[in-house]
Amino acid sequence: MGELAAEKHVRYILSIEKKKDSFESVVMEHLRMNGAYWGLTALDLLGKLDTLDVDEVVSWIMSCQHESGGFGGNVGHDPHILYTLSAVQVLALFNKLDVIDVDKVTNYIVSLQNEDGSFSGDIWGEVDTRFSYIAICCLSILHRLDRINVEKAVKYIISCKNMDGGFGCTPGGESHAGQIFCCVGALALTGSLDLVDKDLLGWWLCERQVKSGGLNGRPEKLPDVCYSWWVLSSLIMIDRVHWISKEKLIKFILDCQDTENGGISDRPDDAVDVFHTYFGVAGLSLLEYPGLKPIDPAYALPVDVVNRIFFSK
Amino acid sequence: MHGRPRKSLKQEDEAALSAKAEKLRSLQSQFLVNHHNHIYSKEALDLSAKLLEINPECYTAWNYRKLAVQYNLSNSESNSDSDSAASIFDQELKLVENALRKNFKSYGAWHHRKWVLSKGHSSIDNELRLLNGFQKADPRNFHAWNYRRFVTAVMKRSDEDELKYTEDVIGDNFSNYSAWHNRSVLLSDLFKRKAEGFFPKEKVLREEYEHVHNAIFTDPDDQSGWFYHLWLIDQTVKNDTPLLVSSWPSHGSNITLNENNYLHDCGLSLLNSTLSDTRTLPVILYFNQAVEGINSSTVAVKSEVLQEDLVWKPLSTNNSSTAQIWVAYLNLNNTELQLSKTYSIEITIGHSMGIVSSNGYHYGDPSQITFKLCVQTAFKEPVEGQCAKLTSWKDNDFQKIDNFEESHSTVSADHRIPTTSNWCMEEIDEEITNFRDLLSDCKIGKLTLARLLTALDLLSPQHDKRKYHTEEVLKLYTDLMKLDPTHSLYYKDEHSLVLLQQITSSGESLLPHCHYYKNATETNTSYICLRLQNLSLSRMGSIQNLLWVQMLDLSHNELRSIEGLEAMQLLSCINLSHNKFGSFTALGPLRLLKSLKVLNISYNELGSHSIDTRRYLCSSPLAHTEVFAWDRFEILCGSFSATKFWEAFLIFESLNLMDLNITGNAVADENFTSFIVKVLPTLKWLNGEELS
Ligand SMILES: [Zn+2]
Repeated sequence: MGELAAEKHVRYILSIEKKKDSFESVVMEHLRMNGAYWGLTALDLLGKLDTLDVDEVVSWIMSCQHESGGFGGNVGHDPHILYTLSAVQVLALFNKLDVIDVDKVTNYIVSLQNEDGSFSGDIWGEVDTRFSYIAICCLSILHRLDRINVEKAVKYIISCKNMDGGFGCTPGGESHAGQIFCCVGALALTGSLDLVDKDLLGWWLCERQVKSGGLNGRPEKLPDVCYSWWVLSSLIMIDRVHWISKEKLIKFILDCQDTENGGISDRPDDAVDVFHTYFGVAGLSLLEYPGLKPIDPAYALPVDVVNRIFFSK
Repeated sequence: MHGRPRKSLKQEDEAALSAKAEKLRSLQSQFLVNHHNHIYSKEALDLSAKLLEINPECYTAWNYRKLAVQYNLSNSESNSDSDSAASIFDQELKLVENALRKNFKSYGAWHHRKWVLSKGHSSIDNELRLLNGFQKADPRNFHAWNYRRFVTAVMKRSDEDELKYTEDVIGDNFSNYSAWHNRSVLLSDLFKRKAEGFFPKEKVLREEYEHVHNAIFTDPDDQSGWFYHLWLIDQTVKNDTPLLVSSWPSHGSNITLNENNYLHDCGLSLLNSTLSDTRTLPVILYFNQAVEGINSSTVAVKSEVLQEDLVWKPLSTNNSSTAQIWVAYLNLNNTELQLSKTYSIEITIGHSMGIVSSNGYHYGDPSQITFKLCVQTAFKEPVEGQCAKLTSWKDNDFQKIDNFEESHSTVSADHRIPTTSNWCMEEIDEEITNFRDLLSDCKIGKLTLARLLTALDLLSPQHDKRKYHTEEVLKLYTDLMKLDPTHSLYYKDEHSLVLLQQITSSGESLLPHCHYYKNATETNTSYICLRLQNLSLSRMGSIQNLLWVQMLDLSHNELRSIEGLEAMQLLSCINLSHNKFGSFTALGPLRLLKSLKVLNISYNELGSHSIDTRRYLCSSPLAHTEVFAWDRFEILCGSFSATKFWEAFLIFESLNLMDLNITGNAVADENFTSFIVKVLPTLKWLNGEELS
C-alpha cells in the first residue's frame, strides 16, 4: 500500500489559487468560499495552515459579507447559508471569529428558519435538511444556538427519516450519505442522537463499503472518496464505525492520490480537485491515519479548533 | 468534479478550454454588473440565460432571474395582461429545462422550476411528462424523484397511482433502490391513514413480500431489495404501543431491609452503602421504547410507607424528557419501619392516559407491580462498609452457586411479551421457510434468516423457550463473520446480543454466571456477582433482565461501550478491565449510577485514540446538553487544562467512587493520576493502592 503524499497535497492545494484562469476555477468561482474551507481545513489537518497570510484571507472573507449578515460564495455573489457556514468555519480555523459581528450573522440564520422548523438556504426559499445542519452548526460555533427553535428544527429533521434509518432532503426524500451526514450531524449537535435508529442506519451505512474498499453514497452506486467523509463521520457519530474495514478504506483513498502532482480524486486515476482532496484527507484523519490532526465528525473542523471554541475561557 | 479522467490535455484541447474559460469569465462578470445595477433588459436576460446554460450551478444567476421575473411582472401587471405573465414564466421553464439537460443534478435549476410553478401561472400537466423523460434517462436521480413528489402533491395525484408507477419502474428493472424507497414512503402513508384496501395491512404486506422476493432471489448480491425486505419484517412484527418490559423490584418480589439499614433482597445482600445511608430504594420501570409522561398521575403508587408522591425521572444520557427507562427513589428516611412486619407496595401503570411514545402512541397495557418490603434484624457490618477494603476481582474470591435458593427469585428474568396475532407468526414462519429453502448459503440469506429467527423467538410465548433458535442464530452469525470479513464486527455485535439474550433468558441459564463474592474478612457476608467475563462480548444487551445486578464482572471481553447500562441503578461494583473502551465519554452511562463505588477500567484503550466515537452519544457542552461546570473545574483542578481533561472531568466529577483502577491505559500517566485524585475526593483506592 502507498503512503499519504502529504507534501504534494499541500503544494497542490497552495497551487490552486494560481490557476484562477483555468476552466474549472471559473466554473467554480461562485463557490470559492466553500473551496477556501475545503483547502484550508485540509491544510490544517496536514499541519500546514501557518504557511498562509491570515489577514489576506480574513479580509477577502469579510468582503463577501452582505448587509443581511449572510456571506456570498465570492465577492459580488448573493448571500446564502451554504457560504455563511464556510466563512464562519474558516474564521474559526484561524481563531479569528472576533472579526465578525456575531449578532448580525446570527440574525441572518435565524431569519431563515421556517414555521415547520426547517431552514431555507436563502431568501428564495429552497428547503433542505442540509440547511438545517448548516444553521445548527454555524450557530453552535457562535454560541447562539438558543436563538432558534431547536425542538422544531429537530422535529423537522426526524420527519425526513426513512425506512432504512437514513434521511433525505425533505420528507419522503431518498436516503443519501451526504444528507445523512447533515441530519445525523445536526442531531449530534443538539444532543438528539437517541432519535436515530443507530443499528438500522449503521447497517445501511456499513453496507456502503464496496469490494474495492471505497464507500458509495447510496445502494448500487459507485464508490467515491467524498463519501469517505459523509459515511465515515456518520458512522463515527453513532459509534458504528467498527462495522466497516478501515484498512480497506485507507487503501482506497490512498489509491485515489495523484502521487505525481498532488491532490486526490473521486476514484483511482480520475482528475483531482480540492473538494476530493479535502474529503480524502479528512477521511484519513477520521481513520486515525498517522501524521494527521484529528477532525471532529460533527463540526467538520479539527478537534483542537472545536475544543478551543468550547473549552477555553 | 466526478468521473473526469486524470490525463493531461492535448495542446489544442487546452487552447479550446482556455478560450471557453475566457468566454465564461466575461459572461460572469457582465452578468454581475447587470445584477448589481438591477438591469433587467432583454439583452441582460439573454446574457444570464446564456450563462446558466453553460454553468447551471451559478446560483446568483438564478436569483437574478427571479428578481427579473418579479420586476417584469410588476411592469406587466400595470397593463393587466395575464398572457404576458404566463409567457414570462414559460421562458423560465424553458431555461430550466435547458439547464437540466446540461446538468441534471443542479440544485439551483430544480429549485427555480419549483419556484416558478408555485407562482401558479403555469400548467402542472407538462411536468410529469418532462419528468418521465428525465427519469427514464436516469432512474436513480434523487432530484427528479423529489421533484416528482412535489408535482404529484400539487396535482393531487393519488398514492395508489404513484404506487403503480413505482411498480412499473421496478418491473422494468428491479435494481432501483429509489423506487423501492418511494414505495415504502407511499405505503407508510396509506397504512397510516388506513386507506381503503390497505387496512388491515396483512394482505398488502403478503403481496409486498412476494414482490421483493423477485428482486432478492433473482440477484441476492443486489442491495436494492434488502432494506425494503427488512422494512417489511419490521412492519410485520413491530408493536407501536409502548409497553412495560420489566421492572425492579419485579412483580411479586420480596425485598428485605436490614435493621442497620443494610438492604437485603431475600438473602441477596445489596452491597450498596449509599442506599442504606440515604435509606432510599430505587424503583425502575423499563419500557419497550422511549416514552414521556411518567408521573404521579400516570403511575399510581399505593403503600403505607409512602410519605409523598414519587418523583419519576427519565434515565437519559442527554437530558431528554423521553426515555425508555424511568426511575424513582422511594424515600424511607422518615418512615418508622417495624421489625418483621411486611409492607406491601402497589404500583399501577397506565390506568390513566398520559404515557406516550415519541410517535404519539399511548401506553397500551395497564399493569400492576406489587412487591413486599420487610425489615429484619441484621448481622453486624463494619461501620465503614466494604469500601474500607479493596475489591478484588480474582477468580478465587468467587464461589460457584450450585442452585438458586427460593429466596433468589428476583434473579430470574422477568420480561413480559405482548400477545401477537397468529398472522404475524405465520408470516414470519413462511419467510423463514422461503429463506431456508432458497437462500441459505449467501450473505443476505443467512443474515435475513438470523433476523427472522430472532424475531420469531421474541414473538414466541415464554413457555416455548425450548423451541428457541438461539443456537442456530449464533451459528449463522459465526458463519457470516467468515463469509463477509469486511463487516465481521457487525455480525459479532449481533452475535453478542443473541448470546446475552440466551444467558439472561431464565434463572437456569443465568445460574452458571452467578457467583458468590467472598470478602475475605467478612466471612458472614456473601454477595452475588454476575460474571459475564471472557465471553468475547463486543456489545452489551438484555439489560432489561439484569436490573437486579449489584456487582458485575464484564472483564476480558471486547466491549467498546456500555450503552443502556444506566438502567442498572443498583450497580455498585463493576469490572470493565481488559476491554476496548477508547474514551472517557464511552463511560457516560456510569454518570447516572448513583450507587457506583467500585470501577475497574484497567487495561483498556483510554487515551490511545485520536477519534472519539462516543463523543456525541454522551451528554456534553459540544452537544448542548449541558454547560461545562467551569466553577467546579476551577475549584477542583484549576491548574489543569480544560481542553485536555474535559472528558475525564465530565465523567468522574459526578461519581462518588471509592475504588478506581485505571492502570494499563495510555492516558494514565502521572499527570492524569494527580488530576483524578483531585476530581474524586471520595477515592480511597487508586490502581490497587490505598491513597494516603
Ligand atoms: Zn465525490
